[in-house]
Amino acid sequence: MEYITNSLVGGVLIGLAATLMLLLNGRIAGISGILGGVLSPRQGGLHWRLAFVLGLVIAGFAYPLFSSEALAFQLDAPVWAIVTGGFLVGFGTRLGSGCTSGHGVCGIARFSWRSISATLIFMLTAIATVAIVRNLAGAI
Amino acid sequence: MSQHAVINTVIALALGMLFGTGLAVSEMTNPALILAFLDIFGAWNPALIFVMGGALLVTVPGFQLMRLRGQPFFAREYFLPQKLQIDTRLITGAVLFGLGWGLVGLCPGPAITALATLDTNLLLFVVSMLAGMLVFRFIPD
Repeated sequence: MEYITNSLVGGVLIGLAATLMLLLNGRIAGISGILGGVLSPRQGGLHWRLAFVLGLVIAGFAYPLFSSEALAFQLDAPVWAIVTGGFLVGFGTRLGSGCTSGHGVCGIARFSWRSISATLIFMLTAIATVAIVRNLAGAI
Repeated sequence: MSQHAVINTVIALALGMLFGTGLAVSEMTNPALILAFLDIFGAWNPALIFVMGGALLVTVPGFQLMRLRGQPFFAREYFLPQKLQIDTRLITGAVLFGLGWGLVGLCPGPAITALATLDTNLLLFVVSMLAGMLVFRFIPD
């Protein structure tokens, strides 16, 4: 049951960061949008976007220092899947105007139909993808 | 630089760290855990539901506070998405993202925070993701 507490506490911290981002800076804490903005520096706002991304990286390094545990990480996918998956995540989140944070955490809180639809679509697609890769591919 | 640019940057750094800490505490940095959540026909692990639930517990009421103040504390206005229509781009984008997410178990935020692992395959994922974002820039509006 401990994982439920960790999940909830972590989720609350994520929600707190997204809420403060909106109330203080007036910005949506959507990671794909922020990364996309870093890659399009001419549109302005490069500094806060880079700072947010840097904060995400620092948290990854800092967490093991302040907790007794290493950063949870286990990646078993083959290289072709990593390259294809990475490309699809980058391209898809930009084309679809958001990812788990922008659509899932922020958009749903704004009661945006676009975000609610996008979240349902990427969740269902990902579930179907895992089902095909794990169950069907394994059966062949 | 606008009058708020420096404070916006400092706030973004702090909130990026807070967001990343949330990802680390909830173990969302672990692609195996995400794949276990998506694997509803296998050994299902519901952790992601509680993470999204915890986040929405704060953002749903928190975002409504926006209505109490005409503007953010450190910006002229709220910068909110203007599109309202559920169009082909939204749907296609969400499907492609879902495919990639299901293939690896990583979405943009956790991938960036997990950079701290210095894992070679993760680096390969992040580079591929940034490449996908760069290629998107060549798609006309």
